[in-house]
Amino acid sequence: MTEVTRTPLLPATRAEYCVIACAEAWRDAGEVLASPMGLIPSVGARLARLTFSPDLLLTDGEAMVVRPDGTTEGWLPYRQHLALVTSGRRHVMMGASQIDRYGNQNISCIGDWERPKRQLLGVRGAPVNTLNNPTSYWIPRHSRRVFVEKVDMVCGVGYDHAGAARHHRIPRVVSDLGVFDFATPDHAMRLASLHPGVTLEQVREATAFDLVVPDDVPPTREPTAAELRLIREVIDPANSRAREVGA
Amino acid sequence: MTDKTMTADQVVSRLHSGMTLGIGGWGSRRKPMALVRAVLRSDVTDLTVVSYGGPDVGMLAAAGRIRKLVAPFATLDSIPLEPHFRAARERGAFEMMEVDEAMFMWGLHAAANRLPFLPVRAGLGSDVMRVNPGLRTVTSPYDDGETFVAMPALRLDAALVHVNRADRLGNGQYLGPDPYFDDLFCEAADTAYVSCERLVDTAELTKDAAPQSLLIKRHTVTGVVEAPNGAHFTSCAPDYGRDEDFQKTYATMPWPEFAARFLDGDEQTYQSAVREGS
Repeated sequence: MTEVTRTPLLPATRAEYCVIACAEAWRDAGEVLASPMGLIPSVGARLARLTFSPDLLLTDGEAMVVRPDGTTEGWLPYRQHLALVTSGRRHVMMGASQIDRYGNQNISCIGDWERPKRQLLGVRGAPVNTLNNPTSYWIPRHSRRVFVEKVDMVCGVGYDHAGAARHHRIPRVVSDLGVFDFATPDHAMRLASLHPGVTLEQVREATAFDLVVPDDVPPTREPTAAELRLIREVIDPANSRAREVGA
Repeated sequence: MTDKTMTADQVVSRLHSGMTLGIGGWGSRRKPMALVRAVLRSDVTDLTVVSYGGPDVGMLAAAGRIRKLVAPFATLDSIPLEPHFRAARERGAFEMMEVDEAMFMWGLHAAANRLPFLPVRAGLGSDVMRVNPGLRTVTSPYDDGETFVAMPALRLDAALVHVNRADRLGNGQYLGPDPYFDDLFCEAADTAYVSCERLVDTAELTKDAAPQSLLIKRHTVTGVVEAPNGAHFTSCAPDYGRDEDFQKTYATMPWPEFAARFLDGDEQTYQSAVREGS
Protein backbone atom coordinates (compact mmCIF):
# COMPACT_ATOMS: atom_id res chain seq x y z
CA MET A 1 0.00 0.00 0.00
CA THR A 2 1.27 3.45 -0.85
CA GLU A 3 1.24 6.00 1.89
CA VAL A 4 -1.68 8.34 1.47
CA THR A 5 -1.63 11.75 3.05
CA ARG A 6 -4.86 12.24 4.93
CA THR A 7 -6.26 15.32 6.55
CA PRO A 8 -6.45 14.94 10.33
CA LEU A 9 -9.78 13.51 11.47
CA LEU A 10 -12.31 15.84 13.00
CA PRO A 11 -13.42 14.69 16.45
CA ALA A 12 -16.36 12.28 16.68
CA THR A 13 -19.83 13.84 16.58
CA ARG A 14 -22.70 12.81 18.85
CA ALA A 15 -24.21 10.88 15.96
CA GLU A 16 -20.96 8.97 15.59
CA TYR A 17 -20.86 8.05 19.29
CA CYS A 18 -24.40 6.76 18.77
CA VAL A 19 -23.20 4.69 15.80
CA ILE A 20 -20.45 3.16 17.96
CA ALA A 21 -22.90 2.47 20.80
CA CYS A 22 -25.26 0.72 18.39
CA ALA A 23 -22.47 -1.23 16.68
CA GLU A 24 -21.35 -2.53 20.08
CA ALA A 25 -24.73 -4.23 20.48
CA TRP A 26 -23.59 -6.73 17.83
CA ARG A 27 -20.12 -7.41 19.25
CA ASP A 28 -19.56 -11.17 19.74
CA ALA A 29 -22.99 -11.86 18.25
CA GLY A 30 -21.56 -14.56 15.98
CA GLU A 31 -23.23 -15.69 12.77
CA VAL A 32 -26.66 -14.13 13.32
CA LEU A 33 -28.88 -11.70 11.46
CA ALA A 34 -28.45 -8.08 12.54
CA SER A 35 -31.81 -6.31 12.14
CA PRO A 36 -31.31 -2.60 12.67
CA MET A 37 -34.37 -0.33 12.49
CA GLY A 38 -33.52 3.31 12.03
CA LEU A 39 -30.65 4.98 10.30
CA ILE A 40 -27.97 5.10 12.99
CA PRO A 41 -28.50 1.46 13.98
CA SER A 42 -28.12 0.56 10.27
CA VAL A 43 -24.81 2.40 10.09
CA GLY A 44 -23.80 0.70 13.35
CA ALA A 45 -24.68 -2.79 12.12
CA ARG A 46 -22.66 -2.28 8.95
CA LEU A 47 -19.75 -0.94 10.96
CA ALA A 48 -19.85 -4.00 13.22
CA ARG A 49 -20.00 -6.27 10.16
CA LEU A 50 -17.02 -4.49 8.56
CA THR A 51 -14.89 -4.62 11.72
CA PHE A 52 -15.30 -6.70 14.86
CA SER A 53 -18.30 -8.89 13.92
CA PRO A 54 -17.50 -10.07 10.38
CA ASP A 55 -19.87 -13.07 10.55
CA LEU A 56 -23.05 -10.95 10.89
CA LEU A 57 -25.76 -11.26 8.26
CA LEU A 58 -27.37 -8.07 6.98
CA THR A 59 -30.45 -7.48 4.81
CA ASP A 60 -31.23 -4.83 2.22
CA GLY A 61 -34.33 -3.89 4.19
CA GLU A 62 -36.44 -6.11 1.95
CA ALA A 63 -35.98 -9.77 1.08
CA MET A 64 -32.26 -10.02 0.33
CA VAL A 65 -29.37 -10.90 2.60
CA VAL A 66 -26.53 -8.71 1.37
CA ARG A 67 -22.84 -8.15 1.97
CA PRO A 68 -21.88 -4.59 3.00
CA ASP A 69 -21.07 -3.80 -0.65
CA GLY A 70 -24.60 -4.79 -1.64
CA THR A 71 -23.80 -8.20 -3.14
CA THR A 72 -26.71 -10.57 -2.57
CA GLU A 73 -25.72 -13.63 -0.56
CA GLY A 74 -29.10 -14.96 0.51
CA TRP A 75 -32.87 -14.72 0.35
CA LEU A 76 -34.98 -13.86 3.38
CA PRO A 77 -38.59 -13.05 2.54
CA TYR A 78 -40.89 -12.09 5.43
CA ARG A 79 -42.10 -15.64 6.01
CA GLN A 80 -38.51 -16.86 6.52
CA HIS A 81 -37.59 -13.77 8.48
CA LEU A 82 -40.42 -14.43 10.96
CA ALA A 83 -39.31 -18.06 11.21
CA LEU A 84 -35.69 -16.99 11.75
CA VAL A 85 -36.81 -14.87 14.71
CA THR A 86 -38.04 -17.98 16.49
CA SER A 87 -34.69 -19.71 15.91
CA GLY A 88 -33.09 -16.97 18.01
CA ARG A 89 -30.35 -16.42 15.42
CA ARG A 90 -31.01 -12.71 15.22
CA HIS A 91 -30.38 -9.57 17.24
CA VAL A 92 -32.86 -6.82 16.42
CA MET A 93 -32.57 -3.16 17.38
CA MET A 94 -36.08 -1.67 17.33
CA GLY A 95 -37.35 1.84 17.90
CA ALA A 96 -39.65 2.79 20.79
CA SER A 97 -42.27 5.49 21.11
CA GLN A 98 -42.28 4.71 24.83
CA ILE A 99 -39.99 2.58 26.99
CA ASP A 100 -40.10 2.05 30.75
CA ARG A 101 -37.62 1.10 33.45
CA TYR A 102 -37.99 -2.64 32.84
CA GLY A 103 -37.67 -2.33 29.07
CA ASN A 104 -41.33 -2.62 28.12
CA GLN A 105 -41.64 -0.95 24.72
CA ASN A 106 -44.58 0.63 22.96
CA ILE A 107 -44.96 1.39 19.25
CA SER A 108 -48.71 0.75 19.02
CA CYS A 109 -50.59 3.76 20.36
CA ILE A 110 -50.60 6.56 22.92
CA GLY A 111 -53.46 6.71 25.38
CA ASP A 112 -56.22 4.17 25.84
CA TRP A 113 -55.89 1.32 23.34
CA GLU A 114 -59.67 1.13 22.91
CA ARG A 115 -59.66 4.59 21.43
CA PRO A 116 -56.14 5.95 21.22
CA LYS A 117 -55.23 9.57 21.58
CA ARG A 118 -52.56 8.89 18.98
CA GLN A 119 -52.55 5.76 16.88
CA LEU A 120 -49.02 4.71 15.95
CA LEU A 121 -47.77 1.71 13.95
CA GLY A 122 -49.30 -1.22 15.81
CA VAL A 123 -47.47 -3.94 17.75
CA ARG A 124 -45.66 -5.16 14.60
CA GLY A 125 -43.20 -7.94 15.54
CA ALA A 126 -42.28 -6.64 19.00
CA PRO A 127 -44.10 -9.41 20.93
CA VAL A 128 -42.44 -12.23 18.96
CA ASN A 129 -39.04 -10.52 18.87
CA THR A 130 -38.78 -10.04 22.61
CA LEU A 131 -39.72 -13.63 23.43
CA ASN A 132 -37.35 -15.18 20.91
CA ASN A 133 -34.22 -13.22 20.08
CA PRO A 134 -32.14 -10.53 21.74
CA THR A 135 -33.93 -7.19 21.30
CA SER A 136 -32.19 -3.86 21.82
CA TYR A 137 -33.67 -0.40 21.34
CA TRP A 138 -32.61 2.84 19.66
CA ILE A 139 -34.11 6.17 20.73
CA PRO A 140 -32.81 9.14 18.73
CA ARG A 141 -34.37 11.77 21.02
CA HIS A 142 -34.15 10.92 24.70
CA SER A 143 -37.05 12.62 26.50
CA ARG A 144 -39.59 12.13 29.27
CA ARG A 145 -42.20 11.43 26.62
CA VAL A 146 -40.24 8.34 25.56
CA PHE A 147 -38.61 7.21 28.82
CA VAL A 148 -41.86 6.88 30.74
CA GLU A 149 -42.90 5.45 34.10
CA LYS A 150 -45.34 3.07 32.41
CA VAL A 151 -45.93 2.41 28.71
CA ASP A 152 -49.49 2.73 27.42
CA MET A 153 -49.33 -0.57 25.49
CA VAL A 154 -46.76 -3.31 26.10
CA CYS A 155 -45.56 -4.37 22.62
CA GLY A 156 -41.98 -5.41 23.34
CA VAL A 157 -41.97 -7.37 26.59
CA GLY A 158 -39.91 -5.98 29.49
CA TYR A 159 -38.21 -7.91 32.28
CA ASP A 160 -41.12 -7.50 34.73
CA HIS A 161 -43.51 -9.07 32.19
CA ALA A 162 -41.21 -11.77 30.80
CA GLY A 163 -42.07 -14.37 33.44
CA ALA A 164 -40.71 -17.75 32.46
CA ALA A 165 -39.80 -16.71 28.91
CA ARG A 166 -36.62 -18.67 28.31
CA HIS A 167 -35.20 -16.67 25.41
CA HIS A 168 -36.00 -13.15 26.61
CA ARG A 169 -33.10 -10.69 26.65
CA ILE A 170 -32.76 -6.92 26.22
CA PRO A 171 -29.03 -6.34 25.84
CA ARG A 172 -29.08 -2.55 25.59
CA VAL A 173 -30.93 0.67 24.96
CA VAL A 174 -29.05 3.35 23.06
CA SER A 175 -30.25 6.96 23.01
CA ASP A 176 -28.70 10.19 21.83
CA LEU A 177 -27.60 10.75 25.42
CA GLY A 178 -26.12 7.42 26.46
CA VAL A 179 -26.25 3.65 26.68
CA PHE A 180 -28.47 1.80 29.12
CA ASP A 181 -28.74 -1.83 30.19
CA PHE A 182 -30.60 -3.97 32.72
CA ALA A 183 -27.64 -5.38 34.66
CA THR A 184 -29.26 -4.82 38.05
CA PRO A 185 -30.69 -7.32 40.56
CA ASP A 186 -34.31 -6.63 39.53
CA HIS A 187 -33.47 -5.79 35.89
CA ALA A 188 -34.33 -2.10 36.32
CA MET A 189 -32.74 0.12 33.69
CA ARG A 190 -29.22 1.24 34.48
CA LEU A 191 -27.08 3.95 32.94
CA ALA A 192 -24.19 2.06 31.35
CA SER A 193 -22.33 4.92 29.67
CA LEU A 194 -22.73 8.61 28.86
CA HIS A 195 -21.90 9.93 25.42
CA PRO A 196 -19.08 12.47 25.72
CA GLY A 197 -20.52 15.95 26.25
CA VAL A 198 -23.64 14.69 28.06
CA THR A 199 -24.11 15.18 31.79
CA LEU A 200 -25.83 12.89 34.23
CA GLU A 201 -28.25 15.71 35.03
CA GLN A 202 -29.30 15.94 31.40
CA VAL A 203 -30.15 12.24 31.37
CA ARG A 204 -32.04 12.42 34.67
CA GLU A 205 -34.06 15.39 33.46
CA ALA A 206 -34.98 13.62 30.27
CA THR A 207 -36.08 10.41 32.00
CA ALA A 208 -39.45 10.16 33.74
CA PHE A 209 -38.43 7.28 36.04
CA ASP A 210 -35.54 6.77 38.45
CA LEU A 211 -32.59 5.33 36.60
CA VAL A 212 -30.09 3.15 38.37
CA VAL A 213 -26.83 5.12 38.25
CA PRO A 214 -23.60 3.41 39.32
CA ASP A 215 -20.92 5.37 41.21
CA ASP A 216 -18.67 5.47 38.20
CA VAL A 217 -20.35 5.95 34.86
CA PRO A 218 -17.89 5.51 32.01
CA PRO A 219 -18.08 7.53 28.82
CA THR A 220 -19.23 5.77 25.65
CA ARG A 221 -16.04 4.57 24.03
CA GLU A 222 -14.22 6.61 21.41
CA PRO A 223 -14.40 5.44 17.83
CA THR A 224 -11.04 4.44 16.41
CA ALA A 225 -9.62 6.39 13.51
CA ALA A 226 -10.33 3.42 11.24
CA GLU A 227 -13.95 3.29 12.41
CA LEU A 228 -14.44 7.00 11.83
CA ARG A 229 -13.07 6.67 8.30
CA LEU A 230 -15.39 3.74 7.60
CA ILE A 231 -18.41 5.65 8.90
CA ARG A 232 -17.57 8.85 7.05
CA GLU A 233 -16.15 7.56 3.81
CA VAL A 234 -17.62 4.11 3.21
CA ILE A 235 -20.88 3.54 5.10
CA ASP A 236 -22.49 6.97 5.30
CA PRO A 237 -20.61 9.45 3.11
CA ALA A 238 -23.79 11.56 2.74
CA ASN A 239 -23.77 12.10 6.53
CA SER A 240 -27.42 11.16 6.83
CA ARG A 241 -26.67 10.13 10.42
CA ALA A 242 -26.56 13.85 11.31
CA ARG A 243 -30.22 14.13 10.31
CA GLU A 244 -31.18 11.56 12.93
CA VAL A 245 -28.98 13.01 15.70
CA GLY A 246 -27.78 16.59 15.37
CA ALA A 247 -24.58 17.97 16.88
CA MET B 1 -60.36 -26.86 -17.45
CA THR B 2 -62.23 -23.90 -16.02
CA ASP B 3 -61.51 -20.45 -17.33
CA LYS B 4 -61.71 -18.36 -14.16
CA THR B 5 -61.18 -14.94 -15.68
CA MET B 6 -63.60 -12.25 -14.59
CA THR B 7 -63.70 -8.51 -14.07
CA ALA B 8 -62.99 -6.76 -10.78
CA ASP B 9 -66.67 -5.82 -10.57
CA GLN B 10 -67.64 -9.47 -11.06
CA VAL B 11 -65.35 -10.36 -8.14
CA VAL B 12 -67.06 -7.79 -5.95
CA SER B 13 -70.52 -9.02 -6.99
CA ARG B 14 -69.55 -12.29 -5.25
CA LEU B 15 -68.64 -10.53 -2.03
CA HIS B 16 -71.19 -9.43 0.52
CA SER B 17 -71.45 -7.21 3.55
CA GLY B 18 -70.37 -8.76 6.84
CA MET B 19 -67.74 -11.00 5.24
CA THR B 20 -64.27 -11.74 6.56
CA LEU B 21 -61.96 -10.50 3.83
CA GLY B 22 -58.24 -11.28 3.71
CA ILE B 23 -56.04 -8.90 1.68
CA GLY B 24 -52.57 -9.95 0.52
CA GLY B 25 -49.37 -7.95 0.12
CA TRP B 26 -47.56 -6.19 2.97
CA GLY B 27 -47.76 -2.52 3.99
CA SER B 28 -47.58 -0.53 0.79
CA ARG B 29 -46.28 -3.46 -1.28
CA ARG B 30 -48.14 -5.48 -3.92
CA LYS B 31 -51.59 -4.73 -2.57
CA PRO B 32 -54.57 -5.75 -4.74
CA MET B 33 -55.60 -2.12 -5.05
CA ALA B 34 -57.69 -2.50 -8.23
CA LEU B 35 -59.85 -5.04 -6.35
CA VAL B 36 -59.98 -2.76 -3.29
CA ARG B 37 -61.07 0.11 -5.54
CA ALA B 38 -63.80 -2.14 -6.91
CA VAL B 39 -64.96 -2.86 -3.35
CA LEU B 40 -65.06 0.90 -2.75
CA ARG B 41 -67.32 1.32 -5.81
CA SER B 42 -69.76 -1.23 -4.40
CA ASP B 43 -72.07 -1.23 -1.38
CA VAL B 44 -70.10 -4.00 0.35
CA THR B 45 -69.50 -2.94 3.96
CA ASP B 46 -69.37 -4.14 7.56
CA LEU B 47 -66.25 -6.11 6.71
CA THR B 48 -63.83 -7.95 8.93
CA VAL B 49 -60.55 -7.13 7.19
CA VAL B 50 -57.50 -9.35 7.76
CA SER B 51 -54.32 -7.73 6.48
CA TYR B 52 -50.67 -6.84 6.96
CA GLY B 53 -52.09 -3.37 6.60
CA GLY B 54 -51.30 -0.71 4.05
CA PRO B 55 -53.46 1.67 2.01
CA ASP B 56 -55.97 -1.16 1.53
CA VAL B 57 -56.82 -0.81 5.21
CA GLY B 58 -56.54 2.99 5.04
CA MET B 59 -58.98 3.37 2.15
CA LEU B 60 -61.53 0.87 3.45
CA ALA B 61 -61.33 2.55 6.87
CA ALA B 62 -61.71 6.04 5.41
CA ALA B 63 -64.74 4.86 3.45
CA GLY B 64 -66.29 3.36 6.59
CA ARG B 65 -66.34 -0.22 5.28
CA ILE B 66 -64.55 -1.90 8.19
CA ARG B 67 -66.42 -3.30 11.18
CA LYS B 68 -63.39 -5.13 12.54
CA LEU B 69 -59.72 -5.10 11.62
CA VAL B 70 -57.34 -7.99 12.25
CA ALA B 71 -53.78 -6.71 11.79
CA PRO B 72 -50.34 -6.34 13.38
CA PHE B 73 -49.87 -2.85 11.90
CA ALA B 74 -50.86 -0.48 9.12
CA THR B 75 -48.17 1.48 7.32
CA LEU B 76 -47.30 3.09 3.99
CA ASP B 77 -43.62 2.08 4.46
CA SER B 78 -42.03 5.30 3.16
CA ILE B 79 -44.66 7.13 5.21
CA PRO B 80 -44.55 5.18 8.48
CA LEU B 81 -48.04 5.98 9.79
CA GLU B 82 -51.10 5.20 7.63
CA PRO B 83 -53.11 8.43 8.03
CA HIS B 84 -56.61 7.05 7.43
CA PHE B 85 -56.11 3.96 9.60
CA ARG B 86 -54.84 6.31 12.26
CA ALA B 87 -57.76 8.70 12.02
CA ALA B 88 -60.25 5.81 12.06
CA ARG B 89 -58.67 4.30 15.19
CA GLU B 90 -58.61 7.69 16.91
CA ARG B 91 -62.35 8.17 16.32
CA GLY B 92 -63.04 4.60 17.43
CA ALA B 93 -64.43 3.69 14.02
CA PHE B 94 -63.95 -0.08 14.24
CA GLU B 95 -63.20 -2.99 16.49
CA MET B 96 -59.68 -4.36 16.30
CA MET B 97 -57.85 -7.63 16.88
CA GLU B 98 -54.28 -6.37 17.13
CA VAL B 99 -51.84 -9.27 17.01
CA ASP B 100 -48.14 -9.70 16.39
CA GLU B 101 -46.81 -10.26 12.84
CA ALA B 102 -45.81 -13.85 13.61
CA MET B 103 -49.09 -14.63 15.40
CA PHE B 104 -50.88 -13.36 12.30
CA MET B 105 -48.79 -15.64 10.06
CA TRP B 106 -49.43 -18.72 12.20
CA GLY B 107 -53.14 -17.83 12.24
CA LEU B 108 -53.13 -18.02 8.45
CA HIS B 109 -51.15 -21.28 8.56
CA ALA B 110 -53.67 -22.77 10.99
CA ALA B 111 -56.53 -21.78 8.69
CA ALA B 112 -54.73 -23.17 5.62
CA ASN B 113 -54.05 -26.43 7.47
CA ARG B 114 -57.62 -26.74 8.80
CA LEU B 115 -56.35 -26.55 12.36
CA PRO B 116 -58.24 -24.66 15.09
CA PHE B 117 -55.00 -23.02 16.30
CA LEU B 118 -51.22 -23.27 16.29
CA PRO B 119 -48.97 -22.76 19.32
CA VAL B 120 -46.77 -19.67 19.06
CA ARG B 121 -44.04 -18.27 21.27
CA ALA B 122 -45.35 -14.72 20.96
CA GLY B 123 -47.87 -12.53 22.72
CA LEU B 124 -47.34 -13.73 26.30
CA GLY B 125 -46.23 -10.91 28.57
CA SER B 126 -47.39 -8.29 26.10
CA ASP B 127 -50.63 -6.31 26.02
CA VAL B 128 -51.70 -8.31 22.98
CA MET B 129 -53.16 -10.60 25.65
CA ARG B 130 -54.90 -7.71 27.42
CA VAL B 131 -56.54 -6.26 24.30
CA ASN B 132 -57.55 -9.71 22.99
CA PRO B 133 -59.17 -11.32 26.03
CA GLY B 134 -60.37 -14.16 23.81
CA LEU B 135 -56.84 -15.46 23.19
CA ARG B 136 -56.15 -18.75 24.96
CA THR B 137 -52.90 -20.43 25.93
CA VAL B 138 -51.80 -24.04 25.54
CA THR B 139 -49.19 -25.95 27.54
CA SER B 140 -46.79 -28.34 25.89
CA PRO B 141 -47.76 -31.95 26.69
CA TYR B 142 -44.07 -32.91 26.58
CA ASP B 143 -41.42 -32.64 29.28
CA ASP B 144 -40.59 -29.00 28.60
CA GLY B 145 -44.05 -27.92 29.80
CA GLU B 146 -43.80 -24.51 28.15
CA THR B 147 -46.92 -22.38 27.77
CA PHE B 148 -47.71 -20.85 24.39
CA VAL B 149 -50.40 -18.69 22.88
CA ALA B 150 -52.88 -20.84 20.94
CA MET B 151 -53.21 -18.57 17.93
CA PRO B 152 -56.67 -19.20 16.47
CA ALA B 153 -57.03 -19.93 12.76
CA LEU B 154 -57.66 -16.80 10.69
CA ARG B 155 -60.18 -18.42 8.39
CA LEU B 156 -61.33 -16.11 5.57
CA ASP B 157 -64.55 -15.99 3.60
CA ALA B 158 -62.64 -14.44 0.72
CA ALA B 159 -59.11 -13.40 -0.13
CA LEU B 160 -57.89 -10.72 -2.55
CA VAL B 161 -54.28 -10.81 -3.78
CA HIS B 162 -52.31 -9.24 -6.61
CA VAL B 163 -49.43 -10.93 -8.47
CA ASN B 164 -47.29 -10.21 -11.51
CA ARG B 165 -48.59 -12.93 -13.86
CA ALA B 166 -51.37 -15.49 -13.86
CA ASP B 167 -53.00 -17.85 -16.31
CA ARG B 168 -56.75 -18.18 -16.90
CA LEU B 169 -56.93 -21.17 -14.57
CA GLY B 170 -55.71 -19.32 -11.52
CA ASN B 171 -52.03 -20.25 -11.40
CA GLY B 172 -50.41 -17.12 -9.99
CA GLN B 173 -46.79 -16.04 -10.31
CA TYR B 174 -44.77 -13.45 -8.38
CA LEU B 175 -41.61 -12.07 -9.96
CA GLY B 176 -40.51 -9.71 -7.19
CA PRO B 177 -38.25 -10.40 -4.22
CA ASP B 178 -40.91 -11.40 -1.69
CA PRO B 179 -43.98 -13.63 -2.00
CA TYR B 180 -45.37 -12.03 1.18
CA PHE B 181 -48.16 -14.36 2.35
CA ASP B 182 -50.39 -14.34 -0.72
CA ASP B 183 -50.48 -18.14 -1.16
CA LEU B 184 -51.44 -18.53 2.49
CA PHE B 185 -54.24 -15.98 2.15
CA CYS B 186 -55.64 -18.00 -0.77
CA GLU B 187 -55.29 -21.29 1.12
CA ALA B 188 -56.92 -19.82 4.22
CA ALA B 189 -59.96 -18.60 2.26
CA ASP B 190 -63.16 -20.24 1.07
CA THR B 191 -62.89 -18.20 -2.12
CA ALA B 192 -59.81 -16.42 -3.44
CA TYR B 193 -59.51 -13.82 -6.18
CA VAL B 194 -56.20 -13.15 -7.86
CA SER B 195 -55.58 -10.01 -9.87
CA CYS B 196 -52.48 -9.84 -12.03
CA GLU B 197 -50.47 -7.38 -14.07
CA ARG B 198 -50.71 -9.58 -17.11
CA LEU B 199 -52.71 -12.67 -18.01
CA VAL B 200 -50.53 -15.15 -19.93
CA ASP B 201 -50.73 -18.65 -21.38
CA THR B 202 -49.77 -21.35 -18.90
CA ALA B 203 -46.63 -22.26 -20.85
CA GLU B 204 -45.52 -18.65 -20.78
CA LEU B 205 -45.31 -18.67 -16.96
CA THR B 206 -42.11 -20.71 -16.77
CA LYS B 207 -40.60 -19.70 -20.10
CA ASP B 208 -38.28 -17.16 -18.48
CA ALA B 209 -38.95 -17.64 -14.79
CA ALA B 210 -38.08 -20.40 -12.31
CA PRO B 211 -40.92 -22.75 -11.29
CA GLN B 212 -40.66 -21.64 -7.66
CA SER B 213 -42.07 -18.28 -8.75
CA LEU B 214 -45.41 -20.09 -9.19
CA LEU B 215 -46.74 -19.02 -5.82
CA ILE B 216 -50.46 -19.56 -6.09
CA LYS B 217 -51.99 -22.85 -7.21
CA ARG B 218 -55.22 -22.87 -9.17
CA HIS B 219 -57.08 -25.23 -6.82
CA THR B 220 -57.09 -22.41 -4.25
CA VAL B 221 -58.39 -19.79 -6.68
CA THR B 222 -61.95 -18.85 -7.60
CA GLY B 223 -61.41 -15.94 -9.97
CA VAL B 224 -58.64 -14.29 -11.98
CA VAL B 225 -58.66 -10.63 -12.99
CA GLU B 226 -56.27 -8.98 -15.40
CA ALA B 227 -55.54 -5.59 -13.81
CA PRO B 228 -52.55 -3.76 -15.30
CA ASN B 229 -51.09 -1.31 -12.78
CA GLY B 230 -53.52 -3.00 -10.40
CA ALA B 231 -51.31 -2.60 -7.34
CA HIS B 232 -50.96 1.14 -7.92
CA PHE B 233 -49.87 3.13 -5.94
CA THR B 234 -48.19 0.34 -3.96
CA SER B 235 -45.12 -1.39 -5.37
CA CYS B 236 -45.26 -4.36 -7.71
CA ALA B 237 -41.62 -5.26 -8.36
CA PRO B 238 -40.25 -5.82 -10.94
CA ASP B 239 -43.13 -4.40 -13.01
CA TYR B 240 -43.06 -1.06 -11.17
CA GLY B 241 -42.07 0.55 -7.91
CA ARG B 242 -44.26 2.44 -5.48
CA ASP B 243 -45.66 5.70 -6.86
CA GLU B 244 -44.27 7.83 -4.04
CA ASP B 245 -45.67 11.11 -5.36
CA PHE B 246 -49.14 9.70 -5.64
CA GLN B 247 -48.86 8.05 -2.24
CA LYS B 248 -47.98 11.45 -0.79
CA THR B 249 -51.10 12.88 -2.41
CA TYR B 250 -53.17 10.05 -0.93
CA ALA B 251 -51.66 10.65 2.51
CA THR B 252 -52.13 14.42 2.57
CA MET B 253 -55.27 15.19 0.55
CA PRO B 254 -58.48 15.19 2.60
CA TRP B 255 -60.23 11.88 1.98
CA PRO B 256 -63.48 13.27 0.47
CA GLU B 257 -61.45 15.22 -2.04
CA PHE B 258 -59.22 12.25 -2.87
CA ALA B 259 -62.22 9.97 -3.27
CA ALA B 260 -64.03 12.46 -5.48
CA ARG B 261 -61.01 13.04 -7.64
CA PHE B 262 -59.79 9.47 -8.07
CA LEU B 263 -62.39 6.94 -6.96
CA ASP B 264 -65.68 8.16 -8.40
CA GLY B 265 -65.32 6.44 -11.75
CA ASP B 266 -64.25 2.96 -12.83
CA GLU B 267 -60.72 1.53 -12.87
CA GLN B 268 -59.98 3.00 -16.28
CA THR B 269 -61.03 6.44 -15.08
CA TYR B 270 -58.77 5.99 -12.05
CA GLN B 271 -55.79 5.04 -14.18
CA SER B 272 -56.26 8.02 -16.49
CA ALA B 273 -56.72 10.37 -13.53
CA VAL B 274 -53.41 9.04 -12.16
CA ARG B 275 -51.68 9.64 -15.49
CA GLU B 276 -53.05 13.16 -15.75
CA GLY B 277 -52.77 14.07 -12.09
CA SER B 278 -49.09 13.33 -11.54
